[in-house]
Amino acid sequence: MTDVLVVAELLDGQLRKNTLSAVAFAKKVAEGTGGSFDVLAIGEGTEAAASSLAPYGARAILTAEIEGGYLAEKYSPTVSELCKSRSYGVVAATASTFGKDLLPRVAARLDAGVASDIAGVSVDGGTIVYRRPMYAGNVYGYCTISTDVHVVTVRQSEFEPAEESGGYTGAEAVEVVTDGPSDRIEFVSLVAQKSERPELTDAATVVSGGRALKSAENFKSVLEPLVDAFGAAMGASRAACDAGYVPNDLQVGQTGKVVAPKLYIAVGISGAIQHLAGMKGSKVIVAVNNNKEAPIAGVADYFLVADLFKAVPELTAEVKKARAGA
Amino acid sequence: MKILVPVKRVADPNNANKMKVSADGKQVVSGDLPWAINPFDEYALEAALRLLENGATGERAGEIVIVSLGVDDVQTTMRQALAMGADRGIHVKCDEGALDSLVVAKAFKAIVDAEKPDLVLMGKQAVDGDSNTAGQMLAELLGWPMATFAMSIAVDGKTLTVGREVDTGVLTLKVTLPAVVTVDLRIVQSKAVQNGITPASHAYPDDIRHISVKGIMAAKKKPLDAKSLGDLGVAQATTVTYSKFELPPARSGNTRYVETVGELVKLLQTEAKVL
Repeated sequence: MTDVLVVAELLDGQLRKNTLSAVAFAKKVAEGTGGSFDVLAIGEGTEAAASSLAPYGARAILTAEIEGGYLAEKYSPTVSELCKSRSYGVVAATASTFGKDLLPRVAARLDAGVASDIAGVSVDGGTIVYRRPMYAGNVYGYCTISTDVHVVTVRQSEFEPAEESGGYTGAEAVEVVTDGPSDRIEFVSLVAQKSERPELTDAATVVSGGRALKSAENFKSVLEPLVDAFGAAMGASRAACDAGYVPNDLQVGQTGKVVAPKLYIAVGISGAIQHLAGMKGSKVIVAVNNNKEAPIAGVADYFLVADLFKAVPELTAEVKKARAGA
Repeated sequence: MKILVPVKRVADPNNANKMKVSADGKQVVSGDLPWAINPFDEYALEAALRLLENGATGERAGEIVIVSLGVDDVQTTMRQALAMGADRGIHVKCDEGALDSLVVAKAFKAIVDAEKPDLVLMGKQAVDGDSNTAGQMLAELLGWPMATFAMSIAVDGKTLTVGREVDTGVLTLKVTLPAVVTVDLRIVQSKAVQNGITPASHAYPDDIRHISVKGIMAAKKKPLDAKSLGDLGVAQATTVTYSKFELPPARSGNTRYVETVGELVKLLQTEAKVL
């Protein structure tokens, strides 16, 4: 029997919905081992987050109100001490930049092993086995953790958000522990991306452009309308970033963002290994390219062999039509 | 300022798709892929150099110490980092295939305790295990503040202002040294590191520096000390054990080629059901 503590992610006093992937993981482990799961809302605005978490079947919803912006140094003592005092077997969060930042600190405090960014979990005779991508998704490893507590971050795209299943209402405040080095770190600001588009790493659809778009202007005038017709996030190949067509933070690839949306559209991207490593986990991959021999064909489900400058505007119009009718 | 930069070797990351798994599934096999410095560690080393030098004149203050864990051959990779500009190296001998992040963090902590750097600057993750955990664990073990996913660093005395590339935007924080900073790709952009010495007008290329012949020659003479994990008082007792590896399920392999937008849209609607 393993009890799981899920650390919820809050932003602007609200629950971030990516938390529901970690909840889905927790449900699976709790069911598999005959245990329960609790959710900790930590940060600012925990009351609102706690009520958002109510319908998902947690045994308890816990709150730790900490003001002043997220800092791992301020959160890790509270999460760790809570874990010790309530004997959780697994502490989990979604593998966002929040979960990846915070949970390894918690693990070090607990002297616990970590399985990060897991893509799957199974319970085999009481043993929890974690499946996780390595080598940029080119190998999957199955691992077990020998410490009493397991610390786990969960890849959002691999765990469907938990569904509502009734249960707990109300919330219990837990003790806030402040013994970390928080006097030597100061939160200055969080400047949100200006884009109205979804985040690259949790968008359902990603439309990426490559060097074949030829200019920053073409990204704007040709690719962006398609991105917006899909309500997608925009990405780019390293070559397009290096050429200065778009900022580096749009780079999809091994050293950029690793994405796994339901639909990935690669426009004018030949498909360097570095790029494939960042997107080959996508459910459906579409390539638009005039060269049918381009290596992107190795991962593409659908390949539109066409001049992108003619095809993309046409596709944009068709997608708009289809989505308006849907 | 003294900076410690951990450097890991990884199988050629530009050919990660050629990784194989042994027939019994117990091992990942890199075959004849050459070793390279983990890209994010290279970015960290580049950032360390930019923190300590005058980019316009090439003059350097402070010291950069690199540390690597692994078998003897790891020293070949360490020499590359020394050729790039690090001053000396510490090689912690061990079987690098039998490590996990917690053991690595404990080893780094022992090195930090002995070397007392002002800053540990490291890659956000190694692109083999892709764990993204060792830096955070090290910071916690040391009781130090940290900034992960760093995309910009500005120095002001003992304070670093770090821009962190997070999912929702850029989170800026100030850390007082000593601290751990783990870097993301954008740290090598032209103006990402501001040390107050390099003129603000100086533009670095948006990438790591090339290793010069002079650097290679100089690296041969740079000190490289070897220790064992035992010397550091760290047990190679891993908490995470891999029982099996497998390659990802192959994609269908049946790429459907179409010539018109109309055909594509129809397939996306009726077959893929994504539109």
